[in-house]
Amino acid sequence: MSRITHYFKSLLLIELFRGMGLTIRYMFKPKYTVRYPMEHIPKSNRFRGLHALRRYANGEERCIACKLCEAVCPALAITIDSAPRASDGQRRTTRYDIDLFKCIFCGFCEESCPVDSIVETSIHEYHFEHRGENVVNKQQLLAIGDRFEKQIAADRSQDAAYR
Amino acid sequence: MVDQLINHLVWPIVYILCITIPLILAVAMFVYWERKVIGWMHVRMGPNKIGPFGLLQAFADVVKLLIKEVILPTTANRFLYYLAPMLTLVPALAAWAVIPFSSKMVLSNANAGVLYLLAMTSMGVYGIILAGWASNSRYALLGAMRSAAQVISYELAMGLCLVCVLVLAGSLNLTDIVNAQAGHKGLLDWFWLPLLPVFVIYFISGVAETNRAPFDVAEGESEIVAGFHVEYSGSAFAIFFLAEYANMILVSFLSAVLFMGGWLSPFPSSWGFIGQGGFPWLLIKAFLFSFLFLWFRASFPRYRYDQIMRLGWKVFIPIAIVWVLVAGCLKYFGWVTIGTGV
Repeated sequence: MSRITHYFKSLLLIELFRGMGLTIRYMFKPKYTVRYPMEHIPKSNRFRGLHALRRYANGEERCIACKLCEAVCPALAITIDSAPRASDGQRRTTRYDIDLFKCIFCGFCEESCPVDSIVETSIHEYHFEHRGENVVNKQQLLAIGDRFEKQIAADRSQDAAYR
Repeated sequence: MVDQLINHLVWPIVYILCITIPLILAVAMFVYWERKVIGWMHVRMGPNKIGPFGLLQAFADVVKLLIKEVILPTTANRFLYYLAPMLTLVPALAAWAVIPFSSKMVLSNANAGVLYLLAMTSMGVYGIILAGWASNSRYALLGAMRSAAQVISYELAMGLCLVCVLVLAGSLNLTDIVNAQAGHKGLLDWFWLPLLPVFVIYFISGVAETNRAPFDVAEGESEIVAGFHVEYSGSAFAIFFLAEYANMILVSFLSAVLFMGGWLSPFPSSWGFIGQGGFPWLLIKAFLFSFLFLWFRASFPRYRYDQIMRLGWKVFIPIAIVWVLVAGCLKYFGWVTIGTGV
């Protein structure tokens, strides 16, 4: 008996019609596509994108050259040299390079930083045009920090209660 | 002399261009429509960047293909390699000669139009075999072999379906076949109703004939890359593409002409304006059939090769043979009205 019903089912193409019914229903559903350059999906304030070095409100750079980020970096992407600053003898970095090709954007550097100096901003649209531009130095990182300080601070304050 | 020249050379060429140029444009828009429809069915958007709503996408693709180099594989047979795309395209376009677009509009009102169509659609497979063989690649050869076996098996089922239509219509002329479907009841007079199983078989065989999903083992991207045209690039590939889509549109038109009353209106003739036949009706029907091709492609996974053979030989051909007898009985005992029933 089940054989006979099976024959009729396959001869009448019932399962095929059901499949086609499914596809035609999906044809009229709203589409999931995000037209990326014009549309963006919402981003978390914890998004880990391009790095930046921050400053205090008085313009003093935060980084104290403790090298915790260099030590914790699993990809060995961070290179730091330090020396006493000429003006006041404070311990400061003379070199702070991040190789963005090595970086895996894990966020450990940001977690380890005792003064919230190195941060990962929510910028994810950036590119390099020449060989070597993948290594960003201290000046560039500070410039990024200066430029996006408002956004960085807003993201951090949103998360402050959980840190 | 000049009159003769104009009558026998210039006007036919003008007519041919009147069919082929809209056909090629239709192919371009059909490619766009296919990508859109399949995109929608996948809950995507489909092409939407080039031109308004992406309408110019197909033309951009054509331009890209035409300016690319045709690479000739070193081991390929040069003559056959270049001959194959033409052998595929020419029958696909030539078959349009006998399609009646309305009661008066037909390029060649041939008596044996159906035979001509069968001959032309069978010719297409030579192009595929030659393409696979001449490019001297294993994948291409496998694709060509599969495609040849498949097309030949389904041609039988298709031929038997046509026999049913011929039995009822009593003519090989496509215009006569459409006229035989005319009647006062509109939709219910057409041949799809007495020949329903055959109609389904005919359309599925048509999908198999054109090597479309779910019968696209000849291309089989996941197994043999692109089948018979794996070694073709640039404009040669574009010609295969054009031929495939022209064939799809041809099968859609044929299904409409043979089973769905061609240019006849689906409404009873007493309904006034919309009850009258005309070219737009044929266009609408063909559009619906061509939409089915895309719908199939978005819905069904590819058949396994032995299942395709089983379906063709052990299911379609027996049913079609039985229905030839049924059609004969229908005609002999006068259970269907042929023509306007007067």
